[in-house]
Amino acid sequence: MSSNHSDHHILPMRVYAMTLIGLFVLMGATLLAAEVHIGPDGTSLYNNLVAMLIAITKATLVVLFFMHGKYSTNLTKIFIILGFAWVSLMTLILADYGTRRFEPVPGWDREIESALPRDFHRLEEHRPKSEFEVNVRARP
Amino acid sequence: MAALHDAHAAHGHDSALHHQFEDIEQQNESYVVGMWAFLVTEVMFFGALFLAYTLYRWAYQTDFFYAAAELDRTLGAVNTTILLISSFTMVLAVHFAQLKNKKAVLINLALTVGAAVAFLGVKSVEYKAKFAHHLYPGPNFEWHGEGNPNVIQLFYSLYFVMTGLHAIHIIIGIIAIGCLAYLHFREAPSVKDDFVPTEMVGLYWHFVDLVWIFLFPLYYLIPSLSRGGH
Repeated sequence: MSSNHSDHHILPMRVYAMTLIGLFVLMGATLLAAEVHIGPDGTSLYNNLVAMLIAITKATLVVLFFMHGKYSTNLTKIFIILGFAWVSLMTLILADYGTRRFEPVPGWDREIESALPRDFHRLEEHRPKSEFEVNVRARP
Repeated sequence: MAALHDAHAAHGHDSALHHQFEDIEQQNESYVVGMWAFLVTEVMFFGALFLAYTLYRWAYQTDFFYAAAELDRTLGAVNTTILLISSFTMVLAVHFAQLKNKKAVLINLALTVGAAVAFLGVKSVEYKAKFAHHLYPGPNFEWHGEGNPNVIQLFYSLYFVMTGLHAIHIIIGIIAIGCLAYLHFREAPSVKDDFVPTEMVGLYWHFVDLVWIFLFPLYYLIPSLSRGGH
């Protein structure tokens, strides 16, 4: 009984070899996708999407076959899925950073300097203006 | 006495089974779930750094492109290949641990450690070149190419923190696999009668590979914003 149970976990070596070949093919694809510009000029969004899709596919192959995720118990699967679902919470933080330029805080679009306090406008008068602000922001 | 013996036979036909578990399946599940709980904390650990990277990459795409051009794509690809092969040899070690083939386990663990050392060797060559070109964050940082030097320095801060943390994981992996190989060599019952300890070290090693799968395109393969290469 026991040996039957543990035997079905022993996968043929072919599965691992196929996974390795798949990972190599995807590595070649990601190298190639980095050399070719995809989509319109001025944005690398499509290149980035392709690169990340390939990386996620590679990671899925590793989790499913090398880490035996496909053959694990349901409880283990919950841990695996929740672990990686956590990373997707990052998108919520990106929503914050992505919408900050809509926020009525003066000076958000200034040149790169340092992290500024929220009440920095009190100090605004005493601060020397950068070239960027004089030329671009001062326009009516 | 006979009843006790029967109970033991019915319960403990597998010498790897510890007394607090109902059966070997429950024990294996507990081991693997525990290992995954640890890996989830690792995902969070690296996830925070990936988030920091994402925010700065988003804000300074062009500068990151100039900075990444200094990284050696070929060495990065070589290291990716080395890690993928080491993951394969590690999973073969688990496979042969299931089949109780001691010699094959030891060979595959040795190959995995060899690949890990080779990875660190390539990495040290890369780090050396960065140090020689003053591309490490701090007062000695120098940048003569295109792009904002402060942002380039930010890129290299993230590069050294994330690849350095990954390298520390590789070193820990070498130690863990080394200890595992020693136990297999000594034919310790903990690894001889039960393949799950080998599987758990394998899970850790595959996680290290997993992190590199994302680090490689994010650092070495930053695409240009347009066809012209800018």
